[in-house]
Amino acid sequence: MRRLGNATLVLAIILAVVASFAYLGLNPFNLGDADSLGHMARYAARFLSPDFTAAHLWAVGHASLETLAMSALGTLLAAIAALLLAIPAAGRLGWPLQGLAKLLLNALRAVPELVWAVLMVLAAGLGPNAGTLALALHTAGVLGRLFAEALENTPPEPANAIRLQGGNAWLAFCYGTLPNLWPQLLAYTLYRWENNIRMASILGFVGAGGLGQMLYVSLSLFQEARASTLILAMLLLVLGVDALSGWMRQRWIRL
Amino acid sequence: MLSRHHRDPAALPRLLLAALAVLLLWPGIRLAELNPGVLFDPAVSRSTGAFLAGFWPPAHDRDFLALLWDATLQTLAIATAGMFLALVLAVPASLLASRALSLSAASIGARPGWAGTCVRWPVRGVLIFLRSVPEIVWALLFVRAVGLGPTAGVLAIAITYAGMLGKVYAEIYESIDQRPAQALMRAGAGRLAAFAYGTLPAAAAELMSYTVYRWECAVRASVVMGFVGAGGLGQQIDLSMRMFASAEVASILLTFIVLVLFADLLSRVLRGRFT
Amino acid sequence: MTLRLTAVDLRHRNGVQALRDVHLNIAAGERVAIIGPSGAGKSSLLNVLATALQPSAGELAVLGVQPWQLSSRARQRLRARIGLIHQAPPLPPRQRVVTAVLAGKLGQWGLGKSLLNLLHPVDIAGARALLARLDLDDKLFAQCQQLSGGQLQRVGIARALYQQPELLLADEPVSAMDPRLARHTLDLLCQHASEQRVTLVASLHTVELALACFPRIIGVRDGRIAFDLSAAEVTPQRLDDLYANAQLSPAPTSADTATPWLPRC
Repeated sequence: MRRLGNATLVLAIILAVVASFAYLGLNPFNLGDADSLGHMARYAARFLSPDFTAAHLWAVGHASLETLAMSALGTLLAAIAALLLAIPAAGRLGWPLQGLAKLLLNALRAVPELVWAVLMVLAAGLGPNAGTLALALHTAGVLGRLFAEALENTPPEPANAIRLQGGNAWLAFCYGTLPNLWPQLLAYTLYRWENNIRMASILGFVGAGGLGQMLYVSLSLFQEARASTLILAMLLLVLGVDALSGWMRQRWIRL
Repeated sequence: MLSRHHRDPAALPRLLLAALAVLLLWPGIRLAELNPGVLFDPAVSRSTGAFLAGFWPPAHDRDFLALLWDATLQTLAIATAGMFLALVLAVPASLLASRALSLSAASIGARPGWAGTCVRWPVRGVLIFLRSVPEIVWALLFVRAVGLGPTAGVLAIAITYAGMLGKVYAEIYESIDQRPAQALMRAGAGRLAAFAYGTLPAAAAELMSYTVYRWECAVRASVVMGFVGAGGLGQQIDLSMRMFASAEVASILLTFIVLVLFADLLSRVLRGRFT
Repeated sequence: MTLRLTAVDLRHRNGVQALRDVHLNIAAGERVAIIGPSGAGKSSLLNVLATALQPSAGELAVLGVQPWQLSSRARQRLRARIGLIHQAPPLPPRQRVVTAVLAGKLGQWGLGKSLLNLLHPVDIAGARALLARLDLDDKLFAQCQQLSGGQLQRVGIARALYQQPELLLADEPVSAMDPRLARHTLDLLCQHASEQRVTLVASLHTVELALACFPRIIGVRDGRIAFDLSAAEVTPQRLDDLYANAQLSPAPTSADTATPWLPRC
């Protein structure tokens, strides 16, 4: 019975894939044909000589710092907001607040960062401020849910012991729950930072500053040499943040 | 002065860390031009409020709903087709990049030989490169190369997710107990046969699980790529936002949330079946 | 009367009757040991005394008040005057010993001082003095997860002592220590209790230790008080009756939990 179920599932998946290509009017074999490959190869060749002039490098450097600041601050704000929201969302303040907090967190994370960025650009104007706020809002939803799950799974004995000796609920949380919880929270936050540095690069596409904004402009003006410098900068930033976050995890989250 | 007996050894590192944080925070805030207060500025609140007020009721005229349905199907199709192509690229790449297929390492206590390493590291490097460049950048490049529309989206997902899937598959092969496959290789089996009989049965569940999870991510990514012209719901939101048609934006956002929930549900059901 | 129990019953949430018809009077400054076979209800009795568990029936008076008639805030203030030494010290593994010990006074400090203590310990000298009496002052800045079971128990004791309660309840406080260390630690507890005029109630599974250090012995069996005598009056016959037919095999543990799925990206 199970084999039959699995077989139908595999068939359904194959049908879905074929239907997708048909719906889009794409022929996967055409994608590999000489003409379009040649076209793409010519376009790719224009990227092979990046622009390393001093003026452009200076601008790229500044935009990189802007993007880094956007991602770091956005993630930091999100972590603080997430911790504040995770406490009710884990049921610590009663179930009506729990429902409300979970709803808010789900709403924040359902909307993708780019949509938040467009909304923030609308509200706060062009520039990295919109990007930081957009990242903070979306990441707060994601981290809030992860924090709440971690909070629910943490052993309650230390906090109960503090309450038993006369401490109030906040002290029980700080002395009993938090010492065990914060490495996990830090791990989630660092992992989100790695994701956000990629996001921060592209939020500029909708006007939220940083490398993304410069990239969008260069590509639109067909300045591929400048664009490839920017892509290189993005790559370096991503690899750098990945390395830094990995080091921080090694240092502080030795479980 | 505090004697050594009364000094907390953790005090100095904590102080330094706090100082570092403050030192980085100030220029960071200046660079990011952080100003959450702007959201509460009265002029801004009025225009944002007006925009948000248009969210209710969301647009629900027949033509628009048909358009929305089309766009949703397009998004799903882009994600599925893109994942399929990504798999086509990722499966061979992962086999090339994984140490689990190393014949040299099949001997007891041996390490992979240099010939294999010369193949593995470049392939890994390419996979890391493919996944480090954000998929939307790929989408933008493909839009310029092959024109607006869903083709660019499919190609962008194919490339980025090939990188992600390839690297993670290679790591999964290596995280499984290597002994069955190594024993087969020592008995004379070829690399692929040893892999298929020794590693694949143990890894299959985790591979499927991760692939389905990535498909769900691909659905979300397809929407985002629409912003640069790669079709689907994202392109629709972009158009409606430019025209400040808040009712349409609301409908599209709702559709998107439902789509994400559906993908999440489907992904969980499939993962439940496979593991 | 520091502690008074009248016809106290305790039924756990899973239906198990832990205490039946317990009558107990303990005066201020007394030192009492509770002995009995495993599962007899020693821990339950101590938890009832510590106001951790509410009795299902009967009257309970601790330090002159009925804790379960009080408002929750008043009960918290009462709890700050009661120190419970847990059998398995509930200390977060990553917390440092100094913070764990100083946490004893959380019921008495204000919020500001408590939070400040997390950043920098406010009374290193006090913590060190207490740990020195327990032979642990070299571990002052170590993390709790770096300690052995016996060392962890001593940290739990130090925390309760730092709290300076009027009533000290100890649930098998020396179970993880070797006999010499156990005797030394118990002597210390008793000495502290008589110096500070603190009421001490301890449950012990080593009868010899109980008889050696405590003037009053209470035997508990099947949730009832079997006897309540001075140490001199406890005969080997009474001990045999107390521990007769004690269950030797522990209850089977539940099946292991399934491993959760972790996303890998």
